[in-house]
Amino acid sequence: MLPERMINLLILGLLLAVPLVALAMDEPFIITLATKAAVLAVAGVGLNLALGQGGLVSFGHAAYFGVGGYAMGILASHAQSYTPIMEVPFLIEGTKSMLVIWLVAIVASALVALLVGALSLRTSGVYFIMVTLAFGQMLYYFAISWPAYGGEDGLSIYVRNGFPGLNTLDPIQFFGLCFAVLLIVLFVVNLLNKSPFGLALNGAHQNEERARTVGINVYRLRLTAFVISGAITGLAGALFADLNRFVSPTMFSWHTSGEIMVFIILGGVARLCGPVAGAAVYILLEHVLGGLSEYWHIYLGAILLFVVLFAKGGLVGGLSRREVRHAG
Amino acid sequence: MSIILLIEQILNGLQFGVMLFLMAAGLTLIFGVMGLINLAHGSLYMIGAFAAAAGAAATGSFVLGLIAALMAAALFGALIELTVIRRLYARDHLDQVLATFALILIFSEATRWVFGSFPLFLDTPDFLSGTVTLPGGILYSKYRLAIILIGLAVAVGLFLLISKTRVGMRIRAGENDREMIGALGVDISVLYTMVFALGAALAGLSGALVGAIQSVEVGMGEPVLILAFVVIVIGGIGSIKGALAGAILVGLTDTLGRTLLPVLFASFMEPSAATSVGSALASMLIYILMAGVLLFKPTGLFGSA
Repeated sequence: MLPERMINLLILGLLLAVPLVALAMDEPFIITLATKAAVLAVAGVGLNLALGQGGLVSFGHAAYFGVGGYAMGILASHAQSYTPIMEVPFLIEGTKSMLVIWLVAIVASALVALLVGALSLRTSGVYFIMVTLAFGQMLYYFAISWPAYGGEDGLSIYVRNGFPGLNTLDPIQFFGLCFAVLLIVLFVVNLLNKSPFGLALNGAHQNEERARTVGINVYRLRLTAFVISGAITGLAGALFADLNRFVSPTMFSWHTSGEIMVFIILGGVARLCGPVAGAAVYILLEHVLGGLSEYWHIYLGAILLFVVLFAKGGLVGGLSRREVRHAG
Repeated sequence: MSIILLIEQILNGLQFGVMLFLMAAGLTLIFGVMGLINLAHGSLYMIGAFAAAAGAAATGSFVLGLIAALMAAALFGALIELTVIRRLYARDHLDQVLATFALILIFSEATRWVFGSFPLFLDTPDFLSGTVTLPGGILYSKYRLAIILIGLAVAVGLFLLISKTRVGMRIRAGENDREMIGALGVDISVLYTMVFALGAALAGLSGALVGAIQSVEVGMGEPVLILAFVVIVIGGIGSIKGALAGAILVGLTDTLGRTLLPVLFASFMEPSAATSVGSALASMLIYILMAGVLLFKPTGLFGSA
């Protein structure tokens, strides 16, 4: 039994150590796996803000993941083909700069989250789950039926986008970049959780009536959390698209939403580094079980079922002695 | 657009709506009585379709395939209720979502393992193939008409079951106060298993009937599941009447939107752009409908707060 802070350092240390060892052993594929874990962890941390801290069970976070991915795909594909995105009323050109792409991804996914959140948060409980799932599916069908950006086939980007001072095509440098983004996101989310905003959000999760009674506007509080959560997941989507140099409607599918949720439950709901541990374990399982059997999802399902039924708290919860601050 | 084509599309929309009703009725019943959100309902739909295809292929009889579908779906439904689902009634919705998501993964991969990745095909039976002439000289597929009639018959049967029979009385009592009917001596866990198996059988029937129109493949259940969620959100959760109204509304909106929107846009846009904008918008139409319902009546058309 360890204090949670130690576990967090352990998780992040492991995630950092694996690609460094892989670099020494000249195993670029393992570095890519670690990068994937770091990027998916960002998405999980984003969802965990809404789901763990706010108790908002969103089954539609693939929407923001996909919007972030397509922000990258659209900007980079226009830069790649030297065609402007629009000329009237003013000229907007594509870009290969990650910083610009991230900004666009964050803003675009925040806007979508604002729209979806404003409608979905009018409901609660099981309605909220179904409504967020449905809106996610709406964007999925839109991405499939909109032919301008590849439709069902998706978009390929030939060269990874650039970051000042880095060669992003070098696996270890790109890992470093994604890991740094993960650390910044964790830092920001940790600050948020401890701020009056985070405490109020958590309070409204535990007892909505009481939060309302002390004068908190619960709807606006949750909407803010939902938008920040969507924006972080959107950033992760842009990184994920850059990792694969490919975007497709799959990023929008309900399955992606489910996977992001699985990271959280495997790692531990409402734990700061829970999604990081969960994403890393997921990638490990995918790699190990996927090598054993083509049908590895059966085992994944069985493990997930076990964790939900018998091992609440996930990996971080199992290792940590301190109870999480609230019961679900 | 000719009036005959329009009527045909309305009938197609009805047929689609009736299919959605079979799914949504089970979901809403299970939620109403047990308070459970079941994502694996789509898997039961898939199991129904596969059982029908395998049963019909083995026996050569569509009706026997249909019976196989009902039995397989009800059986698997009862099985997962006894092993997994009943542990979830007291849990929060997050646990229910994740556990039933795990069940989807298991069922989908197991089906792929048993039947392979290639879709199966289920032929419409001879006595329902071909077309029938409706009043006004409209030719319509006999099979699709049969689906509409079966769906409406199930709706009536379900309504009678719930409002007139002893089991239905217990189901309604379970929705109102599950502790009280337990205290009055009703074996509540048997009731729960029965309700779950009934919902599963409806999903299986729906999958089997659709299986003869579309291909039977792994992953066919989830898009329908999500549409059924839209139906429930529009109709109001826990209400069979709401499920029927929502399903017909969604079925008609989706089918008519896909036909009419491209035509509508073509009246003021160039044809290729009209087709792409129209079809993209049509694919989003029912979600926009749902958003509209949420704006004005967040608990759904027939829901209570």
